[in-house]
Amino acid sequence: MAEVEDIERAENVSKKRRRGESETAQRMAKFKRGAAVATRAIADKKLKGQLRHSEKLAAEAAYKAAKAEQWLLPEEGGTLEAEGLERTWRFSQEEIVKEAETGAAQKVFDLDLPELGPYNLGFTRSGRHMLLGGRKGHLAIMEWQQRHLVCEVQVRETVRDATFLHNEQFFAAAQKKYVYIYDKRGLEVHCLKEHTGVRRLNFLPYHFLLASIGEGGVLRYQDMSTGQIIAQHRTKMGTCDTMRQNPWNGVMQLGHSNGIVSMWTPNVTTAVVKMLCHRGPVRAVATDAQGQHMVTAGADGQVKVWDVRKLQPMHSYFSRAPAESLDISQRGLLAVGYGRNVQVWKDALAQKQESPYMCHTLASGVLRNFHFCPYEDVLAVGHSGGVSTMLVPGAGEPHYDSRVADPFQGRKARREQEVAHLMDKLQPDMIVLDPSTIAQVRKEPKDVAEERKAEAAAANAARRKEQEDKNESKKRMKGKNKPSRRQKKKQNNIIEAGKPELRQRMREQGVLSGGGAEKKQPAAIPEDVPRALHRFYKKGVQ
Amino acid sequence: MKIKAINRSASECTRERSQDVQKVHKNLDPALHPFEKAVEYTRALNAAKLDRVFAKPFISAFPHDDGVTCLARNPKVLNGLAAGCADGIVKLWDVPGKRSLRKLVGHTGAVKGISIAPSGDVAVSCSTDCSVRLFRLPFAPFMSAGPVEDEASATLEFQGKHAFRGIDHHWTRNTFATAGQQVDVWDHERSEPISNFSWGSDSVTSVRFNPAEPDLLASAGSDRSIALYDLRSSTPIRKIIMQTRSNAIAWNPMEAFNFTCANEDCNLYTYDMRKLQSAACIHKDFVSAVMDVDYSPTGREFVAGSYDRSVRLFAYNGGHSKEVYHTKRMQRVFSVRFSGDGSYVFSGSDDMNVRVWKAKASQQQGTLVARELHKQAYQDALVQRYQHMPEIRRITRHRHLPVPLYKAAKLRRTMTEAEDRKQKRRVAHSKPGSVIVKPARKKKIVTEIE
Repeated sequence: MAEVEDIERAENVSKKRRRGESETAQRMAKFKRGAAVATRAIADKKLKGQLRHSEKLAAEAAYKAAKAEQWLLPEEGGTLEAEGLERTWRFSQEEIVKEAETGAAQKVFDLDLPELGPYNLGFTRSGRHMLLGGRKGHLAIMEWQQRHLVCEVQVRETVRDATFLHNEQFFAAAQKKYVYIYDKRGLEVHCLKEHTGVRRLNFLPYHFLLASIGEGGVLRYQDMSTGQIIAQHRTKMGTCDTMRQNPWNGVMQLGHSNGIVSMWTPNVTTAVVKMLCHRGPVRAVATDAQGQHMVTAGADGQVKVWDVRKLQPMHSYFSRAPAESLDISQRGLLAVGYGRNVQVWKDALAQKQESPYMCHTLASGVLRNFHFCPYEDVLAVGHSGGVSTMLVPGAGEPHYDSRVADPFQGRKARREQEVAHLMDKLQPDMIVLDPSTIAQVRKEPKDVAEERKAEAAAANAARRKEQEDKNESKKRMKGKNKPSRRQKKKQNNIIEAGKPELRQRMREQGVLSGGGAEKKQPAAIPEDVPRALHRFYKKGVQ
Repeated sequence: MKIKAINRSASECTRERSQDVQKVHKNLDPALHPFEKAVEYTRALNAAKLDRVFAKPFISAFPHDDGVTCLARNPKVLNGLAAGCADGIVKLWDVPGKRSLRKLVGHTGAVKGISIAPSGDVAVSCSTDCSVRLFRLPFAPFMSAGPVEDEASATLEFQGKHAFRGIDHHWTRNTFATAGQQVDVWDHERSEPISNFSWGSDSVTSVRFNPAEPDLLASAGSDRSIALYDLRSSTPIRKIIMQTRSNAIAWNPMEAFNFTCANEDCNLYTYDMRKLQSAACIHKDFVSAVMDVDYSPTGREFVAGSYDRSVRLFAYNGGHSKEVYHTKRMQRVFSVRFSGDGSYVFSGSDDMNVRVWKAKASQQQGTLVARELHKQAYQDALVQRYQHMPEIRRITRHRHLPVPLYKAAKLRRTMTEAEDRKQKRRVAHSKPGSVIVKPARKKKIVTEIE
């Protein structure tokens, strides 16, 4: 009897183990960087060995990462489940707060600021600090979970947008005329006079770039660590009020009044992508954390989901009133806001959903914008009556990475992180549509290479021709040895890519000696020539 | 309704007391780490830059009274180094203590070679005064004792018939070989050589025992030859004549069938002793005669010193040097040695100094904690991964050279290019097959004699 039990137990253990392994294998998919290199057909033994070794290391790393996630980061994300006839989108915030744990419930608050609104919002990367930018000049930083006001300042000027820079120490505000930078005491430290009439600000944390756009439709990038203006792109599409970065590749997405969404990088002076998304002005754009889906909202009442990698539409939703604000949380929840309403959609990016996950109506005021708080199940809404938060279970990433952003960071850790981030600061020209192409060897197709070669040869020939013509026209000897002339002559001495070919051809034609056809024979002596004159002909030829 | 929302408590996520270690949370999810390639590349670039920033290889110089002609490391202890001088004095050095331990006196001519026995307590030195002297090495007293300038004289003296040019002690036995007019093999117990080898009339400049085969030794001579000898037979086995003379020879201790010779024509040649028709590798980059060569105990790299006042480090199979060391004051380098742990390099030069260098220029000195080691390994891996990227390659390959060296290298490059061009044209303009192009690895070998 005992033996049977033992066997059963052993079977159970092995089953469990098998299940665990299959789960690990599933998780591993996330950590694999692309498909493995096919090494079987490689003839070079050394290369094959090296590739196999690196593949082995990569597989090992993926396995270890999956195991670590499986054991050390158990699923702790928020959930909201309806029972029986209930529907999640029918739950009001009051009901949710009542049911939630005290700690989570405390995160819901209404900040009544009816006079200086409507309010723009922003969070630091860790989600610990909240930045409020009231239209009528009210700027404030809050440690919002502690209800602690870090600083507050009244700039007595219209504030159109405000954003944190790399940490909570500094923030930028787009005011009536210029963009200003304030520190966490609320003191003005810089006035960025290059940025005029700015409507929208956005900060790229990995590149330390502040991007702004506004009335002239000029997109400006300024490096916040060196103060340099990196790029100024004239979009030529008029005043722009919608800008959002793609957090996966750092490309700036602008929504224009003619329904076009354009994407910009600092080192390309024209838009890298322009897509007509809506009939009528684009009101809001948002992209998910892994840069797979972009959501746009237009004045035509549509909310459309796009595949950003293929630049293709996926599906669209219709909102009762044109949506004015969009945001996507870390876990892929989509928030859509219009008027006094906020809707949250779950799993709405990959597939079209029938009904929202949550609905909420603001108690007072009209919506200005909202943001999901990173690493928290909270959506903070800025509106004309102040700022309020709502609980959205399942929005935030439960496990933070201290190296990236730490909500419980101390002063020392913050300083160290600042240095580390500056060391890893990316150059602006690393912003490309597909970030995986960086440091990759791209093999040029043969026809493209040949075409380019031909083009270069043609350009070379044209230049030489031009120079020759010029030289022909100037045959003066005076000043031949002037330094400028000598320099020109040097430049004229271009290395000709086609020279070997030419030589080969000449050799074949017998112009050059060595190989190919025989040398040209001298003419034979005609018969009627007298002997005395034979010496004027070449010898050996009769 | 079932609801669960993220609710972290600060006490769980942070340390309890300020003395505790900071709690670090890790999440490897790629969604939290965008731009990973760009970040990695940036780190690799920074690592390459930092590597060059910290590349300060020179450690210290030990002064002598005349040009340093030969060096020997103690195979038994890590800190022992003996340096022979042109005024006939051999100095023993305690390397980490940066102090001299003894002056070994007795030679009346320049010391041309020195070697330490495997037991580590006996050194043999040879000189142009036709004598070989055997010294008992003192045991090094404690570090704090300061320099000792006591003189010690030889316990044994072997008188030869001709001036000696090089010496090498056997790896296991109590015998040593000297190079002079001929190759002599001596025993500690006998005053006369136990055997001698000669092949041709010219003198031999360097002799080295094979580390694996106890009876095998190689020599380089002024008749441009490299010869192999077997102690069990009375005659030399094999010899090759090159176009120019080789100054020194070193066996690869890990692949003991390979040896490298330092040639007068600015190159080093690695040969497989079983296949002497062609060199296994040519190591270029010097611009003047190479004077000495020595292998790292790992067998993965070797050091060579040259008459052009520079010391270079090569990978055992590298065609070009991976490091070049020079200082303003260093003159013609006559002798180089690797340390017993493969992490330092010694060079003896004409300016009366023995110099100590790091074998890896940017190596951090002292004991490294695990985190530092890990970081170092990570940075090395990054640089290696992106070594072919133009930006990184430019940084890692760049070495500053003194102007004369730089110009000489440029000139040499021009000359070799011109030669190549000429040869190509000659081939192109002659009847196919009439011009025989010898591969570079065979070009310098004149004949092979059995």
